Amino acid sequence: MTHSPTPSQTVGPFFGFALPFPLDADAVDPGDPRALRIEGQVLDGAGDPVPDALLEAWQTDAFARCRTDAEGAFHFVLRKPRPLTAPDGRAQAPHLNVTVFARGLLRQLVTRLYFPDEEAANAVDPVLNLVADPEARSTLVAANDGPGKLRFDVRLQGDRETVFFAI
Amino acid sequence: MIERRQQESIDPPYLYPDYRSTVLRAPRRPLVQIPPDFHVMPGPAFGRVPVGELDHDLTRQHDGQPLGERIIVSGRVLDGDGRPVSNTLVEVWQANAAGRYADPADQHAAPLDPNFTGAGRCLTDSGGSYRFVTVKPGAYPWRNHHNAWRPAHIHFSLFGPEFTSRLITQMYFPGDPLIPHDPILRSIPDPRGRERLVASFDFDTTEPEWALGYRWDVVIRGRSATPVEG
Repeated sequence: MTHSPTPSQTVGPFFGFALPFPLDADAVDPGDPRALRIEGQVLDGAGDPVPDALLEAWQTDAFARCRTDAEGAFHFVLRKPRPLTAPDGRAQAPHLNVTVFARGLLRQLVTRLYFPDEEAANAVDPVLNLVADPEARSTLVAANDGPGKLRFDVRLQGDRETVFFAI
Repeated sequence: MIERRQQESIDPPYLYPDYRSTVLRAPRRPLVQIPPDFHVMPGPAFGRVPVGELDHDLTRQHDGQPLGERIIVSGRVLDGDGRPVSNTLVEVWQANAAGRYADPADQHAAPLDPNFTGAGRCLTDSGGSYRFVTVKPGAYPWRNHHNAWRPAHIHFSLFGPEFTSRLITQMYFPGDPLIPHDPILRSIPDPRGRERLVASFDFDTTEPEWALGYRWDVVIRGRSATPVEG
């Protein structure tokens, strides 16, 4: 018998007392020499900050969670993941899976964060190459923001809308 | 692929204008399809989330007993084949019996309960079962439209065996007169999908002289690695 999945519902606005946990955004110690700090902002279709989103970053050996603040800002501290092999044998550039929950999102959104210093690997990444439009594709690549720091904004809607993936 | 098509009629769309907050937050571009097995899955992703011995009992997190109707909510987490998903994290949160969240963002003029926070966690057992003790949450107004009230509900967050299993949803209570009027629940196009979110009152879960029991099973996407016993 096939069991269809239970439907999704929004995380709503009032999860901030429940889902965050101590050091949730730091998958590694910020003092780790390989630690990268990723900062970003979640914006809605009017360009306004989304102050009640919950983001999760997933890589093969780490998980981090961050609630946005009043300015829609979030951050993660983690190590750059290793390149992966796709199920079909092709190489995948190092990336993070990023999940976004928020009031007004009846289901989560899923995007990917790629690294700006991986141009050669990004150029042949099978998932990045599913996005033909260079401007849309650029929403998936973080920007350098100083030593050990990257910038990755998530635009839910409108100009420069982030590319989201079906799961 | 069949599963994905079925899910389209079960899951709500991103844009559902009757739920006003979707209008500026729903992406307008089509989602890009990638094969589900392209997603990585960390070892137990939720391993960093602390789960305390009493986190499943929301009535024992303070010195006194919370006000309200004590209830037990229990059920199983199943995968797409109907197999139990053991040892997976279930997080819940809810309003108190008066319909107020212990969250600074909630400004509803209903009382807070010093003996109730309304957040819990547990891991499913070897049979995929979870169990929470709590109080029945109250309905509350939410300004989405004139005289808008959310039906009583408990938020659930689940992980499961794969990245694509991740699910956040809400459980509702049988017989709630607000259910047919709730845009968040009505965003699910298929009435059978909406029914999936309503728990059943259950005498077997009910504990005499103590608490009413509700049963609610959750099916998540993906395949559990747990072999079927017997």
